[in-house]
Amino acid sequence: MFVRLVYESFRRQKRRKILAGAAITLGVTVATAMIAVATDIGDKINRELRTIGANLVVTPQEDSLDLEIGGVNLKPPTDGAFLSEADLPKIKGIFWHNNIVGFAPVLPVSAVIQHEGKPQDVTLTGTYFSKKVSYGNEDFVTGAKTLYPWWKVSGEWPDDNSRDVLIGERLANKLKEKPGDTITVSGRQLHIDGILSTGGAEDAEVIAPLSLAQEILGKPGAVRRVYVSALTKPEDAFARRDPKSLSGAIYDRWYCTPYPQAIALQLTEAMSHSHAEQIRQVAQNEGAVLTRIEGLIFLITLAALFASGLAVSAAMATAIFERRAEVGLMKALGAGKFAVASVFFAEAALMALIGGAVGFGIGSALAHQIGHSIFNSQISISPVLLPVILAIAVIVTFAGSAMAIRRAVSLDPVFALRGEL
Amino acid sequence: MSHQARDLAATRAHAPHTSMFLRMLVRAAVLRRGRAASALFAMVVAAAVATAMLNLYVDVQAKLQREFRNYGANIILVGKDGASLPAGTLAQVDSALAGRGIAAPFGLIVARTSDGQPIVVAGVDFDRVKQLDRWWSVSAWPAAANQALVGVRALPLVSPKNQPFDLTFQGRALHVTPAGTVQTGAAEDSRIYVSLAEFVSWTGVQPSTVEVAASGSSAEVVAVMNQLTQAIPAADVRPVRQIMEGEARVLGKTRATLLAAAALIILTAALCVLSTLMGWVFDRRRDFAIMKALGASERLLNGFFAAEAAALGATGAMIGFLVGIGIAAWIGRANFHAPVVPRLGVLPIVLAGSMAVTLISAILPISLLRRVQPAVILRGE
Repeated sequence: MFVRLVYESFRRQKRRKILAGAAITLGVTVATAMIAVATDIGDKINRELRTIGANLVVTPQEDSLDLEIGGVNLKPPTDGAFLSEADLPKIKGIFWHNNIVGFAPVLPVSAVIQHEGKPQDVTLTGTYFSKKVSYGNEDFVTGAKTLYPWWKVSGEWPDDNSRDVLIGERLANKLKEKPGDTITVSGRQLHIDGILSTGGAEDAEVIAPLSLAQEILGKPGAVRRVYVSALTKPEDAFARRDPKSLSGAIYDRWYCTPYPQAIALQLTEAMSHSHAEQIRQVAQNEGAVLTRIEGLIFLITLAALFASGLAVSAAMATAIFERRAEVGLMKALGAGKFAVASVFFAEAALMALIGGAVGFGIGSALAHQIGHSIFNSQISISPVLLPVILAIAVIVTFAGSAMAIRRAVSLDPVFALRGEL
Repeated sequence: MSHQARDLAATRAHAPHTSMFLRMLVRAAVLRRGRAASALFAMVVAAAVATAMLNLYVDVQAKLQREFRNYGANIILVGKDGASLPAGTLAQVDSALAGRGIAAPFGLIVARTSDGQPIVVAGVDFDRVKQLDRWWSVSAWPAAANQALVGVRALPLVSPKNQPFDLTFQGRALHVTPAGTVQTGAAEDSRIYVSLAEFVSWTGVQPSTVEVAASGSSAEVVAVMNQLTQAIPAADVRPVRQIMEGEARVLGKTRATLLAAAALIILTAALCVLSTLMGWVFDRRRDFAIMKALGASERLLNGFFAAEAAALGATGAMIGFLVGIGIAAWIGRANFHAPVVPRLGVLPIVLAGSMAVTLISAILPISLLRRVQPAVILRGE
């Protein structure tokens, strides 16, 4: 009898069931989409913040002081220590290798350009443009192109295995060179592939493949510095503790958290005779920006959950209130409060499950669409969330119906049937 | 007629003659207090959520731009061809900024330590640098004369025991005491910072670089740049593209996410109001039928329910607006440590939106009921 009551109610009152079901579906859709966006926003914004450039730098351990003014290094290029290019792939072998977005080695050398017969001193910086590097059996592509998205090249990016170069905008204007021209640098004929505009010191330099810079310097395999861009967790008080003072399990927890400090320590360990450090301008501020945006989206998700919960309750309350004549009839036929309430709760649970499942599907699609159109990447929602979302849907639907059901079962059947309430 | 009813009739007879229309409106709300209150509650919540979301959407740009100014300069002025900037440049920059940002001058030279090592020495205004470059990790800022801030990598070289040391530039010596160290992970770690006044009197070199952190939208920053280019022809004015482009990307994506979230939430809230209100109006189909049976015209009936909906929408929107401003301010305080400024421009939008939703949810059921004979409704069918 109980099953038949519920079944017939669904069969005969399609319009009402569809209205209430639609409200539940919509509420769950919004909740699912917002939860998916909120759990993924940190990672997405972290990646966007990586466009500001490297947040870690690896330098030789026993390096002499930098003599850098306005981005131009005045240190004699042979002075000081070097890192070994052979160590670079090991960066992808550290514990947090999946968090390494990219890295680029630099080797500035001084060179002489022959311009209209007159020699002119310039800095030639060797780096990777988009070089294929292998670690184990994993291949990946890294270099200036991924690390510095604000570098604008008119013309072509040179190949890393070629002897072609990029020439900075200001230098190009001074020498009146354009892509396709050939310049003589330190006795070598080099082909210009493109003009580089960065707004920084690179605008007055020649940017060349690393191997060319090593050849000019006469030190094969030498690298002056490596800039690393890594996804990090905002620094907190625990991150600032000195790892040497930590013991056992606490040290492991520190080491296995992607703090800038922990990744810097792992980089130092990976490369011989090196010292890695966070670039505070980038690393410190991105933590602050990330925390703010995550906090904002979290609060907004709470608002969305609240609004959808309310929408579901309102729809359920209306649906039950409209059926007081039915309640009157059931009670007149001798149904107890418990029997009437259990019919309504069973209906609510059924609707919550159906609406919740449909809403979960639409919400996942919506989250996917948001990720695709705003961040150009996937926002995936794990199926593990489905039971959680369904449970929330049932609880919210019950909570929303409870008041209305209580009122409905306490009605006097006489008044209810006469329609006087 | 009972005693009570006679009293009631007497008071009504002496009551001021408010129009029937108004009385119907007021009595309808008072008699069905519970249902009216729940409809109003739904409206208030919807309006509050809409206000808070719109307010945040408008304000989040300003809030995040402030966070991004912690990245330091977004404009750099350098003397053309490495020359010093003319005296008074800083004053011109300050007047161009007009309080909407901070500028710090830097003078840079290569000096020699007592054992002949070359080292970069910078002359700076410590108060300005403290505000501009907040990521500098400084153990102690110099407070007295002849005190210097020493980079962590330079310290072991010039002053391993934290003792006073000498610097020479073109034969002239400067005797300084290290006040503290600076650590940034970049070029600053290898430098020594002294106050600008001491730097100029020691070297005779004027600052060659002014770093500017201009606040505001990217259009405002570009306007400041153009103004500076015109005002100071001797300087090369360059944007720090790395910061400006990163900022624009993150801001754009955050606002887009916020807009999508706002649209979803406002849609949900509006549908919540719609279903509550439609239920309320449907519930009163007996009132509607009685009015119609007593000879009320279609226009009067439409006008009555529309006026009721409009009153509900307006009241809900006003209360909701105040609540929403409170929510936005709380979110601002909790998340950005600064309240979100109430935007009065949001009020007309929320008001118009609320009225539209309430009118739709009143007119829709009425137009359905209009086709039904009053007798059918009154019989409860």
